[in-house]
Amino acid sequence: MIVTKETKTGLLLSAPATLYVLLLIAAPVALTIAYSFWTQDFVEVRREFTWANYAEVFSDPLYRTLIFRSVRIAAMVTFLTVLLAYPIAYYIAFNVKKSKALWLFLVTIPFWTSYLLRVFSWKIVLAQNGVVNSALLSLGIIDAPLDTLLYNSEAVVVTLAHAWAPFAILPIFVSLEKIDRSLLEASKDLGEGPVRSFLRVTLPLSIPGIVGACLIIFIPTVGDYVTPALVGGSDGAMVANMIQVQFGKANNWPLGSALALSAVVCVTIAACIVVGALKLLERSLK
Amino acid sequence: MSLVSTLTSRIGRLLPIYAVLYVAFLYLPILLLPLFSFNDSKVLGFPLTGFTTKWYGSLAEQTALFDALKNSLIVAILSAIVATSLGTLISRAIAKYRYPMRRVSHTIVMVPLVMPEIIIAISLLILFLGIGLGTTLFTVILAHSLLTIPFCVSIMTSAFGQFDDSLEEAAIDLGEGTWGALRRVTLPVVAPGIISCLLISFTVSFDEFILAFFLSGNSPTLPVYIWSQVRFPAKLPNVIALGSLLILVSVLFLLVAEHFRRRSARLTTKSE
Repeated sequence: MIVTKETKTGLLLSAPATLYVLLLIAAPVALTIAYSFWTQDFVEVRREFTWANYAEVFSDPLYRTLIFRSVRIAAMVTFLTVLLAYPIAYYIAFNVKKSKALWLFLVTIPFWTSYLLRVFSWKIVLAQNGVVNSALLSLGIIDAPLDTLLYNSEAVVVTLAHAWAPFAILPIFVSLEKIDRSLLEASKDLGEGPVRSFLRVTLPLSIPGIVGACLIIFIPTVGDYVTPALVGGSDGAMVANMIQVQFGKANNWPLGSALALSAVVCVTIAACIVVGALKLLERSLK
Repeated sequence: MSLVSTLTSRIGRLLPIYAVLYVAFLYLPILLLPLFSFNDSKVLGFPLTGFTTKWYGSLAEQTALFDALKNSLIVAILSAIVATSLGTLISRAIAKYRYPMRRVSHTIVMVPLVMPEIIIAISLLILFLGIGLGTTLFTVILAHSLLTIPFCVSIMTSAFGQFDDSLEEAAIDLGEGTWGALRRVTLPVVAPGIISCLLISFTVSFDEFILAFFLSGNSPTLPVYIWSQVRFPAKLPNVIALGSLLILVSVLFLLVAEHFRRRSARLTTKSE
């Protein structure tokens, strides 16, 4: 095989980054998989193959509940974030004429501030004497502050939907922006009303953006640690909190590894189902 | 455009209102921290009791905070340099050359963006302890570089992608060598992109919590320090004051990064 200069330069330039990421992703993940099949023997890790950790993860109701709750919360977060973000992406793509870049910048700024601090602010928003309660009290909607706003899975969902907003807005905006405006004209000329045009032209053509948004939100959210720890309470605890316990206080790394990998496998399966459903929707709308 | 305008007239009246409410929803929590940081009460709630700057004043007494700040600066600067260098090299290859494994390596370097951070954190912890590196600032730098490479690759592939190759060819025709053309033509044109990468990576690393939480050992970064303080109600006003300063710094950095990104877009756009 003749190695051209272009091939050589290309490989040479992309090797450092690719090897760096491969080395720091593939090697550690392989080790984590190995750990998940080993057992913790007090301070030592016994390196003998066993399914025991996975058996424990799926038979112990505590772990099972945490994993399924994490997937459920991640799914709710994804749905809510996309639902709330779609009109904004639509607004920027179709209604904003001159200052699109400014709007996109405006909606991404909060994302670049400390995630830890943003979650912490939600704790203040939802607290007993927080913003929501103060507002409801002064409007006379409630007589006494609600103490059910914080420390549950709903608080986790709202906080995460806030944190992930730009990740939904940007891909949906890109797919809406790409839509050939003459298609909408054609749809109108053929006698479709605005609602049917939206359902049969705009929505199906924006599904790639929705799929992108779902994937980039759904999978990382399953492993979120900060939000459930700060606003989740015991009802809103997620799998990452238990993984941290296993790597910290409980000092059972093999079980922690098995928990982490089980969560990833479950969310990947769930993500495939969601993407498949969206693709079906896309086909049925067209 | 008539259909778009029909649609606009129907939903048009509601959409701008929704947009404003949504932006308020995005900004409200972040604006609360500065508000409470000037409130003369240890209780983080309404009604506000009075104006004070004492929470900012007492920040200066906390030596642990300054150690954490120093750690964070070291980590953020070094990991920004590593990620920007690696990201710039591969982006140049992706944008300019055709070679085997081009798309595969592009996909690989974007992977850290979609992996749950807790998985990256525990697997790196297992690796670093397994090979005897322990947990130090060095391991946090390795992890943060990994996390920020995808951001650099997306900024730089677009900067190089819009770069007009004929500029470089012209330089070579005028007698520059490959390196000369790179140094005197290409680099100056994509420099705003590189600066924007450095600033974005710095910001991401400076604010990152989970990886640092697992990998920083006895040298906490600023977010890890904040985490340790959040548990003590008496410390909260200080944390809020510190947090307000951090948000201010992040937003300033971001504004500068955006300025450079736009300049990069203007400089590299091909003349039609």
